[in-house]
Amino acid sequence: MRIFDPHIHMTSRTTDDYEAMYAAGVRALVEPAFWLGQPRTGVRSFLDYFDSLVGWEPFRAAQFGIRHHCTIALNPKEANDPRCVDVLDELPRYLAKDGVVAVGEVGYDSMTKEEDEAFTRQLDLAKEHELPIMVHTPHRDKAAGTKRTLDVVRESGIAPGMVVVDHLNEMTVKMVVESGSWAAFSIYPDTKMDEDRMVRILQEFGTDRMLVNSAADWGRSDPLKTRKTGDAMLAAGFSADDVDKVLWRNPVEFYAQSGRLDLSDLKTDETFEGNSVLRGVRKDA
Amino acid sequence: MTPDDLRAALDLTPEAEAWLSEGRAKVAADPAKLAVLFPAAGRKVGRGPLPSLPGWTADDAARALLLDALPQPRAEAVARAYTEGDNAEKRAVLRALPVLGLGDDGLPLVRDALRTNDTRLVAAAMGPYAAARLDDEGWRHGVLKCVFVGVPLAAVANLADRADAELARMLTDFAAEREAAGRVVPDDVHHALTLVDQES
Repeated sequence: MRIFDPHIHMTSRTTDDYEAMYAAGVRALVEPAFWLGQPRTGVRSFLDYFDSLVGWEPFRAAQFGIRHHCTIALNPKEANDPRCVDVLDELPRYLAKDGVVAVGEVGYDSMTKEEDEAFTRQLDLAKEHELPIMVHTPHRDKAAGTKRTLDVVRESGIAPGMVVVDHLNEMTVKMVVESGSWAAFSIYPDTKMDEDRMVRILQEFGTDRMLVNSAADWGRSDPLKTRKTGDAMLAAGFSADDVDKVLWRNPVEFYAQSGRLDLSDLKTDETFEGNSVLRGVRKDA
Repeated sequence: MTPDDLRAALDLTPEAEAWLSEGRAKVAADPAKLAVLFPAAGRKVGRGPLPSLPGWTADDAARALLLDALPQPRAEAVARAYTEGDNAEKRAVLRALPVLGLGDDGLPLVRDALRTNDTRLVAAAMGPYAAARLDDEGWRHGVLKCVFVGVPLAAVANLADRADAELARMLTDFAAEREAAGRVVPDDVHHALTLVDQES
């Protein structure tokens, strides 16, 4: 099983995680810029973080056979802090980098006026730099926040196919699918979404424009949730090709719209024994 | 090594050639244009190795030529390209240092790179510019850092000329520490030690 995790915060993870991810089949990932648990108090903190996303972290990932790309943005939570907002002026030079494949995570946390302004400005930056955009949906008041997100995206004139709307659940998936944007799901140990619920969503809505991620970060999370979702799909009767589409070809197709996705020289052949067995079972069935 | 050597080593498509020539003209007229052109070099000219320049890639050479187009004094603009660059851009700045006519003004960039743990940057930092200008203490620690993080000593320019008794002592201690721990000592450490023996 080859896996592209389209949303994972590796800055917060250990080298053990990189090893386990490689063993599970992860060969490429995207690390979106987000907050770090401890609020930042100034622009310089963002710049060191962004530099790490285009510098040290891709090097660290490469040591474990995993290709690292990132997205860059002012996240919605910190868009509310006037000490941080000026980082928006620094974004263009990062959006010119090879490893940056989208603008993100943008969107709403508490749906404030400040969040509105940062969101709109960054939608414009995405258009200007011809990059896809990753939109975070709020954890509180999610359905209303997702609806407002889709309205803002529509008004911006950006092509729906250039947008992924993330952290969806049973209440928000339908409106995103109908909008023509990509629908993404963060599979967590016990909150946002789990692998069995994910399988039911794929059964109902199909595999087109669907992305599955672990969104693993510094909170309780599991960087192998992509693999576990693939296993759950197989157990539920999806084919190995369906799994490959959701866990590899879909994220590749979405981020390739940046023109910057570099997957050359990656070893994506089968190396994981358990997976070959599962595939064998599926083919015989 | 001169900018003409870099130009000759690059085998560009007409489109990439035009991009680079126009880019150099833009940078010469307005150094601020470098901010947009420098990160784009890999996408425009490719990232493959240059057969006639071992260790160099196409994007390195194109970036070096963009830096070469900056009007003098250019140290500040070069430092900015390094500081604001991703690690491929930083590597290109380090490789370009010998052809940029900066005097000692590029040394802070070399020292910065030697503080990182990115092996590509450490290797690029120990090229001809560091060999010619880095002080003895800094240069010896650079060599030691190479063996410590696994950069082959072939990356160190003028090793045979600059290796001295103090470097030999440091490498001997390094080898003893590795052996005491039952770990492998890289072959090129022994090779470097023979260079010093021949000298004395």
